Order: sequence, then structure tokens, then C-alpha cells
Amino acid sequence: MSSAAITAPHASTPARPQGRRPSTLTVYRWELRKLVSQKRTYLGLALIVILPVFFVIFQNVHQRHDRGAESIFASQITHSGLATPVLMLTFLSLFMLPLVSSLVAGDIVANEDGNGTLKTILTRSVDRGQVLAAKVLAAFTYAVLAVFLSAAVGTIAGVISWGFHPVTSLSGTVVQPAEALELIFASNALYLIPLLAVASIGVLLSVVTRNSAAAVVATIGSVILVDIIASIPGLEGARPYLLTQQFEAWQGLLRTPTDWAPITHSAWLCALYALPALLAAYLVFLRRDVAGG
Amino acid sequence: MRARGLVKRYGELIAVDHIDLNVRAGDVYGFLGPNGAGKTTTLRMALGLITPSEGTVELFGRDPMRRGAAALEGVAGFVEAPRFYPYLTARKNLELVAALDGGGARGRIDEALDAVELRPRAADRVGGYSHGMRQRLGIAAALLRRPRLLILDEPATGLDPAGMRDMRGLIRRLASEGITVLLSSHQLPEVQELCDRVAIVDSGRVVYEGALADLRRRGGASYRLRTTDDKRALALLASHAGVGDAAADEHGLLFKAHERDVGELSLALAGAGIGILALAPQLATLEDLFFRLTEGDGAVESTGGAAPLGASSGNGSVRGHDAPEVPVA
Repeated sequence: MSSAAITAPHASTPARPQGRRPSTLTVYRWELRKLVSQKRTYLGLALIVILPVFFVIFQNVHQRHDRGAESIFASQITHSGLATPVLMLTFLSLFMLPLVSSLVAGDIVANEDGNGTLKTILTRSVDRGQVLAAKVLAAFTYAVLAVFLSAAVGTIAGVISWGFHPVTSLSGTVVQPAEALELIFASNALYLIPLLAVASIGVLLSVVTRNSAAAVVATIGSVILVDIIASIPGLEGARPYLLTQQFEAWQGLLRTPTDWAPITHSAWLCALYALPALLAAYLVFLRRDVAGG
Repeated sequence: MRARGLVKRYGELIAVDHIDLNVRAGDVYGFLGPNGAGKTTTLRMALGLITPSEGTVELFGRDPMRRGAAALEGVAGFVEAPRFYPYLTARKNLELVAALDGGGARGRIDEALDAVELRPRAADRVGGYSHGMRQRLGIAAALLRRPRLLILDEPATGLDPAGMRDMRGLIRRLASEGITVLLSSHQLPEVQELCDRVAIVDSGRVVYEGALADLRRRGGASYRLRTTDDKRALALLASHAGVGDAAADEHGLLFKAHERDVGELSLALAGAGIGILALAPQLATLEDLFFRLTEGDGAVESTGGAAPLGASSGNGSVRGHDAPEVPVA
């Protein structure tokens, strides 16, 4: 090391005025930069991009027109490209999007704990609450990105293949392409409500388990478990309160008039899942010993 | 930094057992102890990374457990090995920690990289760095905060001899610029060379805290003597009150004595017609003292006599495992 001088304040001098403490937004920006710099981030997004493209190619190759027995949107695949993103959301919302969101949410704290970098950031000038808030926001951002990327790819691929034509809603009314596009956007936005609840649970598990793999598997495992519970005969009364049942609440938008009941139900119910999970994550993170790495 | 009655329990295990530390402004303070003695756990508590089971730590009068990041203002360093994001370059890593520091830390990145001679490798990902390079990057990250207290846990671990020499030089220079340094280290010669005050911990308890010079003086109340007639001088030493452990070797005679008795002894030697060619105090090395305090029978003596561990003198204090602190007179 050189003898280049780094000027250090003299120990006996009074504490110098400090610059402004970093904002949570600054910490959040760096969380995003970390996400952007990791290959894992792109793995999840690649799955989300590949599946709609693969779906459209497969439909083109097989030229199956008569799918009326499946769903109203399946029957319209080749009539309008705008049916594709709706169908993709139906398919991906149950497992793939929760999985992709869990990859980041479950990893975001545990990974840093395991690598010891949590010590590095917690010995700087930011509070633990700021660090956790930034990580939660980053996990949410990733989930939002995954959902809208999937919607965008599905829409583009569908429109390229089958055109920008009107679609028929779940109520049987014809929806013009521009309005359909708005509904697709709004449906994906509404789907984010339960998905962010899943991400919140992922962050909690990431804080508690301190193990990335365990947190990711436990998050997606809990989604599968709840889905299994929902299918058990005799538990019909519990279904409206299960998180996975909210994954289809967005379909209320695709009825005429809009069916708000499942949407509002989903909103408050998901808040009941997400807020306690985030509060618990905060309390644990605030008090926990950080000795990993 | 001031720690009072610091305790950390993990179930039945007591990792840190009522540790008191006083790191004063301007100190280069050595924190020594065998593996598992509780050094790193103590430093983690000091930096607010883990919560003490009992007791308090204050950094410039601020408790990191109560004040959070605000308590760390003016404090920097690392516990165990410094950790960075392997997928980011060194410069990006420093930009990240500088962003989390706020103020003008970002503007000091080049300066910090220069200080640890990593600027030419700043564009490389940290994943490809050697252990020594990461240690140096850890110092650079600490310097970005312009600390008044620098806490370094084994900074020379994994460095080659040249790297260790450079690290010592850097610590010496930072100390000369007024930074208080708390240095946890296994490198006893390094601590002996750099530190003016030390705490030695064993099994979670402080067995000595105080001036290093005082400890060495107490542990090394022995003298080397060469005379015109070593045989007669040895006989005289053996019979002289206040002199112990007299022995001869190829370099002359070695004995232990109170400082005040050495004057009387020299007169006695002269009176017996024995000429003194050389008489010099032999200070024990830190290594000797460390092993005596942590492995041996605790036979670190006070300056004034052959008092065992638990008695003391000077500015430091030696503490027995089951005895309360005995203040040094």
C-alpha cells in the first residue's frame, strides 16, 4: 500500500457535522442495482418471457381453432391476439409468477445474511428499517416487472400472430381492442395484489430462515399447500379466505358490468396476509443478531 | 468506545462474560485472545450487529443498540473478513457503501483505492479478488467514512509478509493522523509493534486491560547481568534478599528482582569486588505474556514483586478468572 495520505480528522476534534443521512430511496436504488447485476434475476424473467412466446409458437404450429370447451379466451386465441395475454395470465398466475416472485423475495435478505454482506451494509449510515424497506420495495418491483413483462410479451406475440381485434368478455359482450388493452393492463395490476402478498411472505421467510433456498422453497411450497387445501372436499367455507383463491380475482374486471366483489374481497384479504408478514419481518429484522458470513 | 459488563449468551454457552473495555481517543488498542475467547462477538456487539444479553457499549457516548446507525457516526471497520458483493466491481462496491454512508463519501473513493493500492484493479469484480485484496478493500471501505474510531478484526489475516508489513504501515499512519484504532489480532508481534494499550480476553473474560508497556514491565521483571566473576555473582544473587530465579547461561546471568532491590544488589556486587560489565532489564515479549495469561498459571507479576495473577501495579489491571478486577496502583 502506498503512503498516499488519506486525510483523517483528528480524534480529539469534536464530531464534525455529518452529511445528510442516505434516504430509503437511495438504499432502494442500490437494491435494484444489485438485482440488475445478478444472473438469477434474469433467470426468472427469462421464464416469464419464454413461456408466452413458446405458447404462441405452439398454437401457430398446431393451428387449433376449436377450443370452445376450455374457456372463452381459449376459444378466441386465433381470432384476436389480445386473448393471448389474458390466457397467459390465467396460466402463469397460479404457479409460475408466484415462483418467479419468490425467487427474489425469498432470497433478498437471506442471501446477504449468508454471504456476510448484511454486516457490510448494516455498519454504514442506514438504519435496519431502511434496509428492510428497500429490500421489500425491490422484491415488489421485481414482481411488478415480471407480471408486466409477461403481459407485454404475451400481447406483442399474440397481436403479431393473430392481430389487434376485438375480444369477447366473460359476460359475452364484445370489447374493442383499445378497451381490451386497458383491461389487460388493469387485470395484471389487480393480479399484483395477491402476488405482492406472496412476496411479503417470501421476505418474512427470508428474514426468519436466513437461508435462501429454504425461504424460496417455503414460499412457493406454502402457495402449493394452500392450493391443495383449497381443493380438499369439505373445506369450501375456507376457500374465500385462502390466498391462492385470490389469484383469479382480477377476472371480475373482464365481466360487464365489472364484478367488483371478488376484487375488493381480494384487496382486504391480501392486506391481511401481507401486512402482518411485513410487520413480523420488520420486528425480527430489527432485533436479530447479524453474525452470518 | 466503552463497554461495561458486556455479556453474550447463546443458550448455555457464555461467549462474552462481563467484559469491560475502555478504548480512549488516540489509542491504538490491541484486542487479543485465543480463538473462541469472545473477541469477535464483542466487536459485533460494539458495531450493533448483535444484541448484548447484558451490559452496554458506547461509541462516542452513543449506544448502537438504541441509536442504530446514528451511533456509528465516526466509526468504521469490519468484523471477521470484510464482505463484498462478488458480482460487482471493487469500485461499484465502494460506490454502494459510499451511497449508504451519505455525505461526501463517494468523492473519496479514488483516494481510498489509492491508499490500499487497488485503483488499478478497481474495475475487476470482487469475486476474482484474493483474500488479501479483499482485506485491503475492507480498509478502503472503512476509510470512506473518515472514521475517528477504526475497528479492525484480524486485518492482516491471509496477507503475505509484504502485505502484512504494508497493513502495519497503513495502521500506523492512520493512527498518526489521529484515528483511534481498535485492532483485534492474532499477530502478537503486530500488536506489540502497533498498540499502546491492550485487552487480553480468555474464555469470554478480560484477563488484562491496560498499557502494553505496563504489562510487559510486570511480566518481565527480570534482569540480565554480566560481571567480571559470574560464578561468585551467582552465589551472591542466590543469597540476596529480593532476588529470585537466578540462573546462568551462555550470555551471563539472569534473575528476577524488584527494581528497588537491583540498586542494592549492584552495591553488594561492588562491595564483594565483583565488577559489573552489564546490567539490563529484560522485558517479556507480548507473546510470553499472552500465553502466560491465557494458558499458563497466570504468573504475570507486578512491577514491585513476584505477585501472581490477580495482583497488579502500574496503569493496567490483571483480572483472575474468578476474581473481580484488581485495580493497578
